[in-house]
Amino acid sequence: MGGPRFVADPAVERPHMWIDGFAILYHRPSGMTHIIASPVPEMLAVIADAPADATDIVARLSAEHDVAGEGALDAIVAARLEELESAGLVYRA
Amino acid sequence: MKHEARIRVGPIGFRVGSAWPGPVAALNALYDGYPTPRDDIPDFTVRLEPERPWRRWVRPSIAIRGDYVLPEASPLALAHGLLAAELGMNLQMALGQRRYLLLHASSVERDGRALLMTGESGAGKSTLAALLGERGWRLMGDEFALIDPATGLVWAFPRAISLKNQAIDVMASGLPQARFGPVLSGTPKGTIRHLRPDARAIAEMDAPARPALLLFPRYGFAEALRGVGAAEVFVRLTQASTNYVALGESGFNALRNLVEAIPACAIDYPDTASAVSLVERLWAELDG
Repeated sequence: MGGPRFVADPAVERPHMWIDGFAILYHRPSGMTHIIASPVPEMLAVIADAPADATDIVARLSAEHDVAGEGALDAIVAARLEELESAGLVYRA
Repeated sequence: MKHEARIRVGPIGFRVGSAWPGPVAALNALYDGYPTPRDDIPDFTVRLEPERPWRRWVRPSIAIRGDYVLPEASPLALAHGLLAAELGMNLQMALGQRRYLLLHASSVERDGRALLMTGESGAGKSTLAALLGERGWRLMGDEFALIDPATGLVWAFPRAISLKNQAIDVMASGLPQARFGPVLSGTPKGTIRHLRPDARAIAEMDAPARPALLLFPRYGFAEALRGVGAAEVFVRLTQASTNYVALGESGFNALRNLVEAIPACAIDYPDTASAVSLVERLWAELDG
């Protein structure tokens, strides 16, 4: 793990609403609306204004949330980071 | 331009100019009783012009122009001048409206509360709104619902109802012929005939309503009812809106408030009678 460090915009720049287990998020800097599911909103929250690599993100998520199936989260976070970068919701610090 | 109509529909004022008298005469007849734009200042201008100068006389063919233009739009035959004017007005709204979140939805009102209906073209939202408009509801619009992001209220936009194919016969019986426009056959959408909303829809067009129920009707299937989750509603409404992206965060907030405030339901119906009774039942259950 490790790898590049990513950062997300502060929470105020991406208002969202939870409905039916999804978060619908408006990203102010791009004007785009995204539909995301856990653990993406939580990932964005832990790296807002606080750059982190994948390992740090897993550690922060585990510290703040009850994470089921430790280990599986590493792969999930790595995959989501890639998608979030291409969606413009996280960028390299 | 040589010939001109000025019409206000709900909060929106239009000026429709035409190189030919026919489309303007048809428009004025169809919109008989409508007010003119406030302070005589239209929000949008539509121009119906010959595609090429000589096409004003030789096989006349209308190009729809105005404040906003779709470069790929095909010209229409002069016989379809009324349709060109209607399309032009729709186009200006779809491309230029910034004050309201525009939903491609029909709406009717009762007791200050609005029922919104949205769906694919041909799903019957227009016919259903027209029918309800003749059965005690106030027709607010068959094409666009205007959501005010500041208040969440829906504003009426009671344009002439565009009846297509079988819907023409469904509505034709029992209504005065004077409320109908000419039969436009062979248009890109088949046969079209416009119906002027009833007098109440026009007289009360400046009264907004609080959205209360959202339906996704689908015509041609056995009667069925299905709840639609809020996330799906949100996505379908972004697709049903012509200016969601352009409005940015105010569009997001307007849609968010709407989705949180009102229940939504998909309804399938085999015929108009069952659709009307289904709508009445759902409406009654709102208070139950």
